[in-house]
Amino acid sequence: MKVNLRYFASIRETIGVGSETLDTTASTLAALREELIARGGAYAESLARGRAVRVALNQTLSDEAAVLTDGAEVGFFPPVTGG
Amino acid sequence: MTARVSIQTEDFDLSGEVARLRLQDPRVGAVCSFVGTVRDRNDGQSVSTMELEHYPGMTEKSIEAMIDAAHQRFDIFGARVIHRVGLLQPLDQIVLVAVTSAHRGESFQACEFLMDYLKTQAPFWKKEQTPEGARWVDARVSDDAALARWGIQATNA
Repeated sequence: MKVNLRYFASIRETIGVGSETLDTTASTLAALREELIARGGAYAESLARGRAVRVALNQTLSDEAAVLTDGAEVGFFPPVTGG
Repeated sequence: MTARVSIQTEDFDLSGEVARLRLQDPRVGAVCSFVGTVRDRNDGQSVSTMELEHYPGMTEKSIEAMIDAAHQRFDIFGARVIHRVGLLQPLDQIVLVAVTSAHRGESFQACEFLMDYLKTQAPFWKKEQTPEGARWVDARVSDDAALARWGIQATNA
């Protein structure tokens, strides 16, 4: 299935792009994050386990156990600092 | 009825926003507002400019949900949230939260609730320009603690 990925703030800067489309077999957000980490380089660095990474599924903050569906939008970003 | 949430690069006018919020509503007996501004110092460093990034779509959606939660929790009539994005300087206004109610208690509480919620749940990120270069602002554990006072568990920082 295809999913749309969005990156923000320091994660966007490290990876070097703000968005991309990915063909994946990952069933959950956690599995998707693992797939991206496995690419190595900037992905492994910015999404590494132990780093503070927030994940949004279809623009709602989500637990990584959440199930991916075709066409989903997944956002990866650091803790938020607005206000 | 004007929009409840605006994400914009332009500045905003507090008195105009408050006037619109309570326009033709004689039930209103209290208006409480909060304006956040850019400081020239943060974490021991001087700050020359601040760039604000957000997640278009999710930002509006998350703040709309916060306002719905404020309406469920407090006896308020209206709420307005404006958050600026883009390049800002010290002294600039960043954020406005304004709330109306019949009596002051509900407005005070709802205004603080919305700010505490926004600080830890709305997808904005600040990048500061300091003499030692640009740096992303770190999230604060104290902001999670502020939201926890309302019985909402935050795990942002």
